[in-house]
Amino acid sequence: MQAFTTIKSTAIPLPIEDVDTDQIIPARFLKATTREGFGDNLFCDWRFDREGQPKKDFVLNNPTYRGEILVAGKNFGCGSSREHAAWAIGDYGLRVVVSSFFADIFRGNALNNGILPVVVSPDFLDQIFQAIEQDPGATFTVSLENQSFQIDASGTSTTFDIDPYKKNCLLKGYDDIDFLLSQKEEIEAYEKV
Amino acid sequence: MAKTLFDKIWDRHVVKTIEGDQQILYIDRHFIHEVTSPQAFAGLRERGLPVFRPAQTIATADHNVPTINQHLPIEEPLSRKQVDALTQNCAEFGVNLYGLGHKYQGIVHVIGPELGITQPGMTIVCGDSHTSTHGAFGGIAFGIGTSQVEQVMATQCVLQRKPQKMRISVDGELAPGVVAKDIILYIIAQLGVGGGTGYFVEYAGSAIRDLSMEGRMTICNMSIEMGARGGLIAPDETTFDYVKGREFAPKGADWDKQLAYWQSLPTDAEATFDKEYNFRAEDIQPMVTYGTNPGMGMGVAAQIPKQAKAGESEATFKKSLAYMDVQPGQSLLGQRIDYVFIGSCTNSRMEDLRMAAALIEGQKVASHVKAMIVPGSQQIALQAQAEGLDKVFIAAGFEFRQAGCSACLGMNEDKVPAGMYCVSTSNRNFEGRQGPGARTILASPLTAAAAAIAGEIVDVSKQVGVLA
Ligand code: SF4
Repeated sequence: MQAFTTIKSTAIPLPIEDVDTDQIIPARFLKATTREGFGDNLFCDWRFDREGQPKKDFVLNNPTYRGEILVAGKNFGCGSSREHAAWAIGDYGLRVVVSSFFADIFRGNALNNGILPVVVSPDFLDQIFQAIEQDPGATFTVSLENQSFQIDASGTSTTFDIDPYKKNCLLKGYDDIDFLLSQKEEIEAYEKV
Repeated sequence: MAKTLFDKIWDRHVVKTIEGDQQILYIDRHFIHEVTSPQAFAGLRERGLPVFRPAQTIATADHNVPTINQHLPIEEPLSRKQVDALTQNCAEFGVNLYGLGHKYQGIVHVIGPELGITQPGMTIVCGDSHTSTHGAFGGIAFGIGTSQVEQVMATQCVLQRKPQKMRISVDGELAPGVVAKDIILYIIAQLGVGGGTGYFVEYAGSAIRDLSMEGRMTICNMSIEMGARGGLIAPDETTFDYVKGREFAPKGADWDKQLAYWQSLPTDAEATFDKEYNFRAEDIQPMVTYGTNPGMGMGVAAQIPKQAKAGESEATFKKSLAYMDVQPGQSLLGQRIDYVFIGSCTNSRMEDLRMAAALIEGQKVASHVKAMIVPGSQQIALQAQAEGLDKVFIAAGFEFRQAGCSACLGMNEDKVPAGMYCVSTSNRNFEGRQGPGARTILASPLTAAAAAIAGEIVDVSKQVGVLA
């Protein structure tokens, strides 16, 4: 897993609530047996029409908006547990998703793939959307070390919560499986009781 | 200290607590299927690891299998490749597979219970969000991502923070024509799609206790649709009667020992929850959804709200109604429909098939409607045939298919065309869930069967004469 440090980037606004993982990556693209290549189909049915032509009004097709940060409405990632949603987001080149609220499984899947889910207050989320609206070139700085998210233009920043264990994993690029394997003896001892 | 059902099972399965309240949770049963396991097996291979406890791992092929001609090779190359990969992986890693053609094959959340693999007091995971279904037996069951599938394969454990606890009680008696599916659609409509996030839900109350195991599975199945990681129901005589005698259920002295454990599980009277809700069964009507998430549901005789619910944005609400091509304030009664799908891990068990068959017997599906019944497992398909239900369905004009997930998520050929309305007994009405552009109306098997006959949405509670 790629280690996560600090990211300074422009952001892509997606002010829609309850974005489910079927939208992030529709089921018909889940037939792969590897983790690669899902980025091409990220938000496929919102991005392309039935003839496969880009839909002009969808934000990913608007060259004005670029960056490694996706900013979305509340309850992002609800629905199916498919980790393919996190793979698609990562494969597309995004490293941070910001929302006021994430669905549990998506949040876990993101963390397991080096993507940082940042939870901010609904007010702060609005401020981010406004900052992008005023200037699509606005940059934001995300520091995992300091657990802070900053709107660079105004200098306004907020802190976010992250589980200390998960933070450590992300900073070092470790995954849970390395850790669990190191606990084998205790797992076997548990099984005996 | 007084404990809830959830606490009792969770605490017993904690191997160790580490920093930040993360806990190593031991998993009793791990179900896998073809879609979310290939990358996990690849991970094991890269690390040179075996499946740690293959006997506790059970595989089936369900998500993208065809539901006709299952004896033939799968035509669609990518689906075939994925199903073949599962077969090879299971052989290589020593995992028991109930694959295509096996008499126990079926939807992963249907076969676990019917084989007696799912039992009270267990921890169960699967790379699928509807794993919560198994909670109906009084166990902790939840969906995981593929990285976690790999963790469980490698160590039989997951890392997890203990969720908060919610209790939802439904008391009273259901009106005629109102069934388990209506209860859960009602609850989700009340709480919203994020209302359960961060929680594990215990369903309680007399209306829940009165349900069969099938009905309880329908309830627990949809816990994820309000954001809850899982749902569970205290095991009781209904549970024990269901489990007893099944293929992998405990037998003899082992049964007695397990039973004593199971009987100790129900929530202690003084135990407390982080959140509680109470609903009255009498308030629940047959339910339908009008929007593009399962929280956008209403009584079938009600009108679509004029505006977004509190806490939801108007933009999201409008986008959703536009996709469904329905209007604020509109009633769905009389809404012409094109497809009916009775199936999925929510409603594809014997009880569902029996109630649909009873309603349609001797009638015909409306001529413009394509209607399909997809049993949840091979065993259910056989049982339905033994009871002659297949003949009832076929005579009415339904297609009676072979077991699989089918049009629940449209990974195989069973898709609903763009713009068409499908009354579906599945669990998700997301945009494009049943095929690009498809419009899904979630409902109970009764409401779905009645819609197939009428060719439009009808209030099944008005047909109770037929039901009785
Ligand atoms: S029937 Fe539908 S919800 Fe259930 S496991 Fe299959 S795809 Fe998932």
